[in-house]
Amino acid sequence: MNERKKKEKKIVSDEKVLQVNNLQVSFRTYGGEVEAVRGVNFDLYKGETLAIVGESGCGKSVTSNAIMGLIPQPPGIIKNGHILFKGKDLTKLTKGELRKIQGVDISMIFQDPMTALNPTLTIGEQLTEGLRTHKKIGKQEAKKRAIDMLKLVGIPNPEERLKQFPHQFSGGMRQRIVIAIALICDPELLIADEPTTALDVTIQAQILELFEEIQRKKKISIILITHDLGVVAKIADRIAVMYAGKIVEIGNKREIFYTPEHPYTRGLLNSVPRLDLEDEELQPIEGTPPDLFSPPKGCPFTARCDYAMEVCDHVYPFTNKLSEAHRVDCWLQDERAKVIKNSDRVG
Amino acid sequence: MTNSTTTKIVSPQNVKDEWFRPKQKEQGRAESVVRPSLSYWKDAWRRLRKNKLAMVGLAFLIFLLFMAIFGPILSPYSVTATDYPNQNKAPSLAHWFGTDEAGRDVFTRTWYGARISLFVGVMAALIDFFIGIVYGGFSGYKGGRTDAIMMRIIEVLYGLPHLLVVILLMVVMGPSLTTIIVALTVTGWVGMARIVRGQVLQIKNYEFVTASKSFGAKTSRIIGKNLLPNTMGPIIVQMTLTVPGAIFAEAFLSFLGLGVAAPFASWGVMTNDALPVILSGHWWRLFFPAFFISLTMFAFNVLGDGLQDALDPKLRR
Amino acid sequence: MAKYIIKRFFMMIATILIIATLTFALMHTIPGSPFDDERTSNPTIQANLEKFYKLDEPMHIQYLYYLKSIVTFDFGPSIKKPNESVNELLARGFPISFELGMVTILVALLSGVTLGTFAALRHNGIIDYTAMTFAVVGISVPNFVLATLLIQQIAVNLEWLPPATWSSPLHMILPTLALATGPTAIIARLTRSSMLEVLTQDYIKMARAKGLSPVRIVVRHALRNALMPVVTIMGTMLAGILTGTFVIERIFAIPGMGKYFVESINNRDYPVIMGSTVFYSAFLVFMLFLVDIVYGFLDPRIKLHRKEGDA
Repeated sequence: MNERKKKEKKIVSDEKVLQVNNLQVSFRTYGGEVEAVRGVNFDLYKGETLAIVGESGCGKSVTSNAIMGLIPQPPGIIKNGHILFKGKDLTKLTKGELRKIQGVDISMIFQDPMTALNPTLTIGEQLTEGLRTHKKIGKQEAKKRAIDMLKLVGIPNPEERLKQFPHQFSGGMRQRIVIAIALICDPELLIADEPTTALDVTIQAQILELFEEIQRKKKISIILITHDLGVVAKIADRIAVMYAGKIVEIGNKREIFYTPEHPYTRGLLNSVPRLDLEDEELQPIEGTPPDLFSPPKGCPFTARCDYAMEVCDHVYPFTNKLSEAHRVDCWLQDERAKVIKNSDRVG
Repeated sequence: MTNSTTTKIVSPQNVKDEWFRPKQKEQGRAESVVRPSLSYWKDAWRRLRKNKLAMVGLAFLIFLLFMAIFGPILSPYSVTATDYPNQNKAPSLAHWFGTDEAGRDVFTRTWYGARISLFVGVMAALIDFFIGIVYGGFSGYKGGRTDAIMMRIIEVLYGLPHLLVVILLMVVMGPSLTTIIVALTVTGWVGMARIVRGQVLQIKNYEFVTASKSFGAKTSRIIGKNLLPNTMGPIIVQMTLTVPGAIFAEAFLSFLGLGVAAPFASWGVMTNDALPVILSGHWWRLFFPAFFISLTMFAFNVLGDGLQDALDPKLRR
Repeated sequence: MAKYIIKRFFMMIATILIIATLTFALMHTIPGSPFDDERTSNPTIQANLEKFYKLDEPMHIQYLYYLKSIVTFDFGPSIKKPNESVNELLARGFPISFELGMVTILVALLSGVTLGTFAALRHNGIIDYTAMTFAVVGISVPNFVLATLLIQQIAVNLEWLPPATWSSPLHMILPTLALATGPTAIIARLTRSSMLEVLTQDYIKMARAKGLSPVRIVVRHALRNALMPVVTIMGTMLAGILTGTFVIERIFAIPGMGKYFVESINNRDYPVIMGSTVFYSAFLVFMLFLVDIVYGFLDPRIKLHRKEGDA
């Protein structure tokens, strides 16, 4: 019902840019081992935007950092799994090999533009240093390219602005600069970790439009990490819902928004205010996520789930494929559960 | 509730049918993983105890305090009495740490020096603390113009070369323990005042302060009851680190001939007296005061570091 | 920036004035005349001397003369060595003290920053523990104790290095070592903790995400930010080092300003004490001023800082 907007059709090809298979990441701390990511699977296609949503601490940022090669080791360890970027397994690369991909083929946008820029270096240097490290080009050429990038992200007077320091820019402007830095080497994959959370609402909208525009122009794939479902509704093609280190449900945007199957996804959607349903009460999800020092062996959502069954405590649910894109990990999908669920609901 | 007749099993056998019953909701289960909450001080103490180095420092300081009080009393020798026949004797059963050029017992003098060092250090820290709390607390609490002016004054005072001012004061007032303490605190309170003010500013706007204000609580009551307990962490650390600074300054001044006058002993005086006799191999003259002054400063430093780690609320998880 | 420098400059003048006034006031609270204990207690000589040193004038006139002497940089003759002026003593002693101080601060900065950086990069590793153990010990051992121990062990027992004077680079090693250890330890600790904090910053993560080399990340992105707190304490550290030269020069028999200063303290030679105190304070405050300016250049946000500080 929300298709009022007329925009160029985005082209999503079926070429896989990224495949994440059974990714497991842990952190060794004094208190024990935290299993932050516990077996994550997803693919990413060329030109699409995949949103990873979930509460804080669910492992979405750790997943993106693992793809970016930014897990500090130690204390972090990639215990298992593969991250295939255009066929190359990023988990197997040496640090030197990884650096040739970082910032060139994959780049990242950080949450808080106030802290993501180095306060003591000029914007110009921060823009061009990646370019000059990776593509052996001269100072003048790099500068020209930096000016083009600033124009692209909508910063006026780029030539003068290059000589300025981060504190001379507003928050929204800084985020545009961060985006320009991320895009300057023409990456194929952009990871945006909460790119609008720290911004004003009006600026948020502008930044999201910038994302869409860039994606249309450059045909890059975007992984968007966020907990803001409004942002997701605006620019995502597909959505992965993470909970306690696992993707519990993944599907196209319409599937997730209109036919969510996992109780957690439903809870997430019910906890967001909606303009079209004015009188509906907001329903927060009761309770807190489990401690990942000793994650439960069954479904981690059991303790907070209204439909929990005994099986949920014992075994982690198998993945059910509901459509080409839609998958969900939940015992309620089991034939044996459906009977009870229905009778329960009637009562 | 009965099980459905098993139609198609999507999952392996180990998933039993009877498990597909709604779970009894346990009350408050989701919240049960909350760790037991400890009070701020208990928590800090627990973390300080884990810091072995800091605990060694603390143990040494307790030992030192004991010896400073009882050492000179337990020893059969007097601090000042000379005994020329026994001058410059190496450590022996009679004189555990040897004797100096006037035959005075180095063991007794070392603990007497500990008295002086601890006294100077603790007094300096305490006086700094009181002035700093009053000045910094008032400045931070008042805010606005008052704060701006008071901080300007601090900034200028901070630019003064402290030890030079102390030396000047010592020259004028004449060497004595009181002079040392006065001279040290005249310049030393500035650092404490800055820290207190910073803490007060940070905490002033917390909601509980606003709350007690709205109940009509008096200014002094707000400072005493609400602000101080919450600012104590960094202040205690600063005090712990003031002590070794003061001990160093006392020894430094004594070494320059501006401290405690002979025949009384301080570690600085003893080190200074040992200087001319280094070449003659009387190692104990230098070793004992040097060893204990270094160890004392070390103990205060590691204890201060440990307290900093233990009390810093930023590191609390 | 210009406004900032001007403000700092006036702060500097104010500080120097305070020190000068304080010195003057303190010196005049001492009862009696400095010539009272003079061997030549002939009243006429004493009167002449007092006239010569303008001690017979009223206090405020003396104060004005005193301020004039500071502005014109002429501190008058020494009382105990009447044929020498304070200026001459300063000219003879200060260059040597200055050299000792500068060599020390250079050594302390280089080794402290290096040590602290590596400790932070190998956080909780062997280098870290070794460096920090050294640092705590270095902070705990007073410089005069270290100096005496160094002479006893290295110069006298082992005879590796000369025990005294400042006549050749070889002679400089022990005094510099004795004086630089404390500051090195302080700088190393400060660099380490601030480096550790900087390394967790988002902009370092971002630099990593750009695929920059580790060396570039540390040198270009981290170090400059991590050194800010070190620059901030440089002023007070310099004061510590320069006063430290007093004892070090005494122990190593180095003919610097410290030697004359300590002598003048023991002799109660007031013109020398006043002159050198004011001179040293002015020098230190000026260094503090320089440090502030360097800080302003290093940190482009400096104006912002000020604003935040005032608000």
